[in-house]
Amino acid sequence: MKMMTKATVLLLVLATAACTNPNRFGAGGAGGPGGAGGADGFGAGAGMAGSASDPRSPQFFSQTIGDRVLFVIDQSTITPEGRTILDGQAQWLLTNADYRAVIEGHADEQGTREYNLALGFRRANAVREYLVSRGVPSSRLEVTSYGKERPIEICSNESCYSQNRRAVTVLSFSAMTS
Amino acid sequence: MYKRCNAQMNEADRVLRPVANEAEKMKRLLTLLITLMLAGPALAQGGPLRLTITDGVIEPITFAIPNFEAENPQAAQLASDLSRLVAQDLSGTGLFREVPSNAFIAQVSSFAQPVAFADWRAVNAQALVMGAVSVNGDQVSVKFRLFDIFSGQELGSGLQFAGTTAGWRRMGHKVADAVYSRITGEGGYFDSRVVFVAESGPKDNRLKRLAIMDYDGANVQFLTDSSSIVLAPRFSPRGDQVLYTSFESGFPRINLLDVASVGRRQIATAPGEMAFSPRFSRDGRQVIYSLSNGGTTDIYSTDLASGQHLRLTATPSIDTAPSLSPDGTHIVFESDRSGSQQLYIMSTSGGEARRISFGEGRYSTPVWSPRGDLVAFTKMNAGRFHIGVMRTDGSEERLLTSSFLDEAPTWSPNGRVVMFTRETQGADGASSLYSVDISGRNLRAVPIQSAASDASWGPLQP
Repeated sequence: MKMMTKATVLLLVLATAACTNPNRFGAGGAGGPGGAGGADGFGAGAGMAGSASDPRSPQFFSQTIGDRVLFVIDQSTITPEGRTILDGQAQWLLTNADYRAVIEGHADEQGTREYNLALGFRRANAVREYLVSRGVPSSRLEVTSYGKERPIEICSNESCYSQNRRAVTVLSFSAMTS
Repeated sequence: MYKRCNAQMNEADRVLRPVANEAEKMKRLLTLLITLMLAGPALAQGGPLRLTITDGVIEPITFAIPNFEAENPQAAQLASDLSRLVAQDLSGTGLFREVPSNAFIAQVSSFAQPVAFADWRAVNAQALVMGAVSVNGDQVSVKFRLFDIFSGQELGSGLQFAGTTAGWRRMGHKVADAVYSRITGEGGYFDSRVVFVAESGPKDNRLKRLAIMDYDGANVQFLTDSSSIVLAPRFSPRGDQVLYTSFESGFPRINLLDVASVGRRQIATAPGEMAFSPRFSRDGRQVIYSLSNGGTTDIYSTDLASGQHLRLTATPSIDTAPSLSPDGTHIVFESDRSGSQQLYIMSTSGGEARRISFGEGRYSTPVWSPRGDLVAFTKMNAGRFHIGVMRTDGSEERLLTSSFLDEAPTWSPNGRVVMFTRETQGADGASSLYSVDISGRNLRAVPIQSAASDASWGPLQP
């Protein structure tokens, strides 16, 4: 119970910090932020939340390992840098079997809306396939795409575009299956 | 909703009564034009006032539209507003140019008085639109007549429209549609609506809501709130329903919304991880769309009544943005199966797809014209975006626009104008809607208060 509480707290912090998709946890099934621990957990574990030095924390996953990989223009091939990050993600997911993930694909603004949606999906799927090839059960991984709808950098040149062509692995805690 | 009755009944008049389908309407219009051309020496001499919309430079037809006569005191304001709206519709096409009223010589006192053709010729007005308005409570009635000044003839006969004062703009649009139709021989597009995405908020957290408006940006109404991302709405053929892509579940899914009740439901598409890019078939009974599964995106159709799914493409590529031909036998879509986005046409019963785009760059978002003759598309080449049209065999490609980012064309009901999204560059970049005619002339912004994208132009209203 203590472990679950802690994870829930971290999850809530992560949810607060994330702004791109308010529904991201709801879509993952059992592991909604309110469902796993609730307000009690938040009070009891608040002091430990947000510690990126704890290798079991989602913060460690997102900050130390890296929750995203970047892509070349119009491509969905995983780069060598991307493989290093995804190897770390796979290892983390295998160690922390209570977590599921939604992989969100994104594209830069230099494309038409619906094609970019499909391109983001292709990128997210490339990440899923890589993680599965490293042993993560595909049942714990879902994919979605935001196309060009949610850039993280907003300028209109390559310095921003390169950051926006990404696939982000967003964790959710699945207490019910652990 | 709108009653239209003929002020005088004769052969030509019957032509302009509402008819069941567009093809029949066009046929009757053509009959009218032929009738007019054969009508006798007065018309044959200078020829009837007639504008053929083709490519090449068009000298706009000049028209005069004196303030409509107010048949009772309550009608004064609407008489003025309606005549201004008709003038605005006509001038907005770029095909007509208004003769300013301060140039008028003729004294216009009443709708019924004989037309002083010489006075209108002297100010170089080729067409004269006369109108009269009466208001009774919340009911308004508008009648109008159209004259061909240089041949000294009335063009068609008087028409009358009746409706509510609240819906007065629709009556102005109907008068303008009738004038446009009589002079060009083609259907109009003014009494039509557009569904689109109204945008607000910063670029990295854009809020999007479905909204509907008149073709000219008036009467904006919201159809959804901004709690989840909505994309690319598409009108049903009758304009009573809208298909769109929604992120309500966190995953792109297709919703069907009823315009009148604003009720909505998710369409049961074939099983897949993402469903998007929906469009109605021309009979409104089927939805064609893209479905993504395991890294590939293919095109499917679903029968709304039976729920049966049909897979139309099966390639490892991205196949999306399907649009049906007017006869429903073919789809045009985009695919990157060749390595970059290009346009393809295939039969709706399956089989091979034939590539139709061969120019430089990438092609996307094809939309089949309601006339069946052209495909409008987005082209990306050398860092610029263009809206263009080509024939359905890929020939006669013509780029209509060029900017940092133009995309998502949609056709006017008569297939003569394309509306599209234009987005500006940089951190403060924003989207707005523009329209351009198919010869590339008359580019103009649609006046909307908010940022806007992804227009779908609905049919002429009954």
